Amino acid sequence: MTLTSPLGHTQKLTSASDPVLEIKNLSVDYGYGYDDDPVHVLRQVSLTLGRGEVLGLAGESGCGKSTLAYAATRLLPPPGLITGGEVHFTDRDGRTTDILRLNDAQLRASRWQDLAIVFQGAMNSLNPVFRIGRQIADGIRAHRPEVSQKEALERSAELLELVGISPDRLRSYPHQLSGGMRQRVMIAMALALDPQVLIMDEPTTALDVVMQRQIVEQIAELRERLGFSVIFITHDVSLLIEIADRIAIMYAGEIVEDAAALDVYQRPRHPYSSALLHSFPPLRGPRRELTGIPGSPPDLSRLGAGCPFRDRCAFAFDACAKVNPELVFPNVPGDDPRRSVACLRHDPAAVRAVGEEPLPVPAELSAR
Amino acid sequence: MRFFLRRFAFYAITFWAAVTINFLIPRLLPGDPVSALIAMNQGRISTDAIEALRTLFGLDQDVSLWQQYVDYWALLLRGELGISFTYFPTPVTEVIQQALPWTIGLVGIATILSFTIGMLIGTGIGWRRGTWADSLLPISTFFSSVPYFWLALIAISVFSVTLGWFPASGSYDRSLVPTWSWEFIGSVIYYGFLPAMTIVISSIAGWILGMRNMMVTVSSEDYVTVAQAKGLSERAVMFGYAARNAVLPQVSSFALSLGFIVGGTLVMEIVFSYQGIGYFLFTAVAAKDYPLMQGIFLVITLAVLFANIVADFVYGVLDPRTRQEG
Repeated sequence: MTLTSPLGHTQKLTSASDPVLEIKNLSVDYGYGYDDDPVHVLRQVSLTLGRGEVLGLAGESGCGKSTLAYAATRLLPPPGLITGGEVHFTDRDGRTTDILRLNDAQLRASRWQDLAIVFQGAMNSLNPVFRIGRQIADGIRAHRPEVSQKEALERSAELLELVGISPDRLRSYPHQLSGGMRQRVMIAMALALDPQVLIMDEPTTALDVVMQRQIVEQIAELRERLGFSVIFITHDVSLLIEIADRIAIMYAGEIVEDAAALDVYQRPRHPYSSALLHSFPPLRGPRRELTGIPGSPPDLSRLGAGCPFRDRCAFAFDACAKVNPELVFPNVPGDDPRRSVACLRHDPAAVRAVGEEPLPVPAELSAR
Repeated sequence: MRFFLRRFAFYAITFWAAVTINFLIPRLLPGDPVSALIAMNQGRISTDAIEALRTLFGLDQDVSLWQQYVDYWALLLRGELGISFTYFPTPVTEVIQQALPWTIGLVGIATILSFTIGMLIGTGIGWRRGTWADSLLPISTFFSSVPYFWLALIAISVFSVTLGWFPASGSYDRSLVPTWSWEFIGSVIYYGFLPAMTIVISSIAGWILGMRNMMVTVSSEDYVTVAQAKGLSERAVMFGYAARNAVLPQVSSFALSLGFIVGGTLVMEIVFSYQGIGYFLFTAVAAKDYPLMQGIFLVITLAVLFANIVADFVYGVLDPRTRQEG
């Protein structure tokens, strides 16, 4: 069984030596400062996006995927509050800036130019009272004031053609377009300034499967042509396996596994990744039984010590209630050295540190 | 084009219905204008004149209601509304012509001011909700919940009687001749300031509150976040994306309030003895001056209708979704 992306580009793991976006120990709380008990929705999340890479971010609803995207771009609406961490963006010329420490003017200049976002709701992402041409053009003109409105509209027409929409649609209002077309317009808009990073927050969720496929193929093709990096957020793991180079699995505000897409699919190391894969019918490959995951994600406001997944985990043991696992290299010989997993089954040292007897990695989590 | 034709037909029917009701209601009332006129003049008109007056008002012929209705339309289309009793023998059209500009000028400007300021304040408060600016809400709501006549009387007692800054009543200095001179216009503004201020203060809370709440709603829309993500300036996002959409529901209530300018300012014009339409309507009601009442009601109806047309049109311009193209 081989796995190829829609356009047949081979799975590759971009080396971390050329990162374009590095999220380090990012923490986000929901609840204002005067709340005694803010909810920690993101806890010390670190994630690296290589140049030209498609990084998939997957997990159940409410695990913090979108929060991560919003926080990394400082678009987090109140009562979300970034409580710590760094988000380093590396420009094409090698200059590195911390997005979380830019002032308002610098942040505004950086947005869309360096890092563009396509949001979840294809239906509501466009201003209903402006023509789409104007909406694409105003983003261009905000960053390149020297560009005339006419030139900006010409550029907008090119962008629409890029995503397969006829340029005469420039004068359409959003309500005159279908959901799929609106999402294409959003993608065209996001590409207006040739950004280096594109964050896509469930870009296909509201669309039917045929349109989903077209959009995903379009993104893959544009990525090949324009060479931007993508963080693709979705709860649809089988879709990610098709498009992503690397997949990070999130659970309860933390990343629990980070590995090449094919590795996640064929050799999951975290019990949650494995369970997640058994919750979706694979798009390709042999049929397999869908088991789902028992229980529901933990209440983040009353998260005690220990692994947040232990209550739903088939491989939990005594140590899981005592220590929250950190991302480590999987305890499986011969694994890709760049992958990591946060599970005590792979971390005997942490288990011994709390005086428990480590258990071996179960066969389900050490497939070759 | 079909859209406008359909709207036009709708308004034509509404206009017809309004005029017909306006025609019928006074005829359903008991009493007749001649006895009202004689009673008003308290014996100064001899009873011999009754027949003459009946002829003058067209009450001598025994015409059917239908014929009256047809005649009424004929007169209306020629712009004749009959003769006022109170200001006998001035035609009603002339009385209204004199009163209307004052009302439209004063209340119109006050309403536009109130709307504009209210929208701007509401936009600001809604955009930065949870700051000190929110405290403006209870203050303005307090003023709008105070009965208007009381607010106006307090304003007169403070600013006219005690401080003597503004005149207590009237619309211009009676020693001046009404011309388009700076002196006269200055006097009109000076006399109009206090009534206009009270209207603005008592009506602004509604605009602020409505706009603020819409801003809060719209600010969490995805397209506002997208605009932020695009790196547009704060002003462009606030006005072009948030306020531009938040203002839509306000526009229709604004147009309706424009319609009520003509009729809804009775209290202000009585308190300030301002010679507008409301003041004349009040005297007409007191004196049972049916032709004048009828004329004023017609003008009010037309004003509301016209405001509705404007609202329809403006809404179509502002919100492309309501346009039916092609």
